[in-house]
Amino acid sequence: MSPSNHGAAARPGTRKLVQGNIALAEGAVRAGLNCYFGYPITPQNQIPEYLSWRLPETGGVFLQAESELASINMVLGAAATGARVMTSSSGPGISLMQEGISFLAGSQIPCLIVDVMRCGPGLGGIKPTQADYYQATRGGGHGDYRTIVLAPFSAQEMFDFPMRAFDLAEHYRNPVLILSDAILGQLKEPAVLEPAGIPRPLPNTWALTGAHNRPARNLRSMYLSGDDQEIHNNVLWEKYNRIEQELPEAEQIETDDADILIVAFGSAARIALSAIRLAREEGLRVGLFRPVTLYPYPGKALRELTSRVNRVLVVEMNMGQMLDDVRLAVTDEVRIHFYGRPGGGVPTPHDILAKIKEC
Amino acid sequence: MVMKQVFGRPETLCDGATHYCGGCGHGVAHRLVAEALDHFGLHDKAVGVAPAGCSVMLYDYFDVDTIESAHGRALAVATGMKRANPSLFVFTYQGDGDLASIGMCETIHTANRGEKITVVFINNAVYGMTGGQMAPTTLPGQKTTTTPLGRSTATEGAPIKMAELMAGFDGVAYSERVAVYDARHVLRARKAIYRAFESQIHQAGMGFVEVLSPCVTNLKMSPEKAQAWVAEEMCAAFPLGLFKDTLSQYEKENAPAVEGSDAHAS
Ligand SMILES: Cc1ncc(C[n+]2csc(CCOP(=O)(O)OP(=O)(O)O)c2C)c(N)n1
Repeated sequence: MSPSNHGAAARPGTRKLVQGNIALAEGAVRAGLNCYFGYPITPQNQIPEYLSWRLPETGGVFLQAESELASINMVLGAAATGARVMTSSSGPGISLMQEGISFLAGSQIPCLIVDVMRCGPGLGGIKPTQADYYQATRGGGHGDYRTIVLAPFSAQEMFDFPMRAFDLAEHYRNPVLILSDAILGQLKEPAVLEPAGIPRPLPNTWALTGAHNRPARNLRSMYLSGDDQEIHNNVLWEKYNRIEQELPEAEQIETDDADILIVAFGSAARIALSAIRLAREEGLRVGLFRPVTLYPYPGKALRELTSRVNRVLVVEMNMGQMLDDVRLAVTDEVRIHFYGRPGGGVPTPHDILAKIKEC
Repeated sequence: MVMKQVFGRPETLCDGATHYCGGCGHGVAHRLVAEALDHFGLHDKAVGVAPAGCSVMLYDYFDVDTIESAHGRALAVATGMKRANPSLFVFTYQGDGDLASIGMCETIHTANRGEKITVVFINNAVYGMTGGQMAPTTLPGQKTTTTPLGRSTATEGAPIKMAELMAGFDGVAYSERVAVYDARHVLRARKAIYRAFESQIHQAGMGFVEVLSPCVTNLKMSPEKAQAWVAEEMCAAFPLGLFKDTLSQYEKENAPAVEGSDAHAS
């Protein structure tokens, strides 16, 4: 595929110039979003601003919460009734939500959380980063749990992923996180704003709708008696094992003839694609492996690919977080190089090209 | 002769023993909430939000849908539920640490938004579940495990009076402080809880009841002594009474009230 299309050209329908954050918000509406709760933070403010008028048009609920602590717990309450519910935030706000995300995972309540990453640590700044990879893929809050993590890399995927996220969240009864960043949130590019299908919320047998003609239900994460907590956690881990079998997904671009493989996700993958174009102009055969699911990590596909292409350059806008997952996936024979920039820095295609030449 | 049953367990209160200490006020308060659920026929549409605190396991005691919440976040959870499905009857049941300390921000903003939610607030002047530490409602001079010399208002502030605070919000239709240390006060507490239920049923606003309740274990007193302590010491610091009742006015203006009229598809 051509690096400039980023998925939109292949889709039937009219392409429109759209900002990433707006594409995501409209994608959520078209995915059957019932309720949004959130608190303003740059660089994701276009999402709540758009939904504040758009969601009520469809009969949905928009509420600006008093904090991210409140918004994630409003998400928990609303999603517990069986509705399609989301929140969005960035760095400091996502950190504040971690206790709530842990409760959502522990109580097996499906929802969508969008993180438009900005650089940290601390207040940091509003520049893009991928430094919250660990937080997103290792649970993030307390306890041994996982959230499914999807990594878009275009306005088209910002539009498409909410539908996938809600379907996965309901199928697995698990929170799903879309891990975006300031570049993807703010960029404007063509995308087809027509969903591939219609929203089909799963009929559920667990939501709190009032105990009418059925026994009372309870949603909880705490099990005090005997071995119940461990039994509950094993139920969660059986689910995560299934997720790890069924969900891993990656896109491979120009890997057929590649001698060198770049592994990158999200914005870093876009920049890497430009670097690959430059490299190929110079006769260097470089391909891209782009994880689409960050949890579960597509390690098996990467291991297979690197049995053939054993020079790997991992590129991230952090100091080496996904790098751990690459190391876990590939065998010792693979030579792994790393190029990372800490929060606040964005690599240029020429920076990456220089690193390719060192591989 | 036909015998008529005049007293029994409310239907929405589950059979069996609770984990509460003998003499604890939670048991009485649970019964009053269950009586209100029965009285208003809410079994089929109620959802109870449990706090982190001694009453976290209320989901084992009420035969209605229930959910657990993180410490202090019950009213955010309740807001989400009520907004997503306004035809549900949503109540929270929270301790003083949960509602007036870690959850104060949610408490104030939920009240300010006038969410149609019923709040039963159990003020026992300590953190019961975690072993009797200072609460925002601990009395001046009261010894707790983190105020071994007694609470000093100079360094720890004065007890927070929630029923009065809540009365100040336009979104709150009813706010009353009651106690459960003797039969007369239990009956008054039941009345107040019914009114807090009606605030939601009639869509008038938030209904708030603060219940002064003995924590025998952490006060290290016999049940009798603990009840006397509530009657004398707590009631002196937290005057019983009705602090807000726009519900009555609302009922006059809006009778007959139609419930669930702003329900939307969710
Ligand atoms: C974030 C967080 N901090 C602390 C706790 C520990 N904790 C659980 S309940 C509680 C206080 C309970 O006191 P209160 O709300 O007054 O209720 P009571 O047990 O007295 O009924 C604390 C501090 C927790 N569960 N979560």
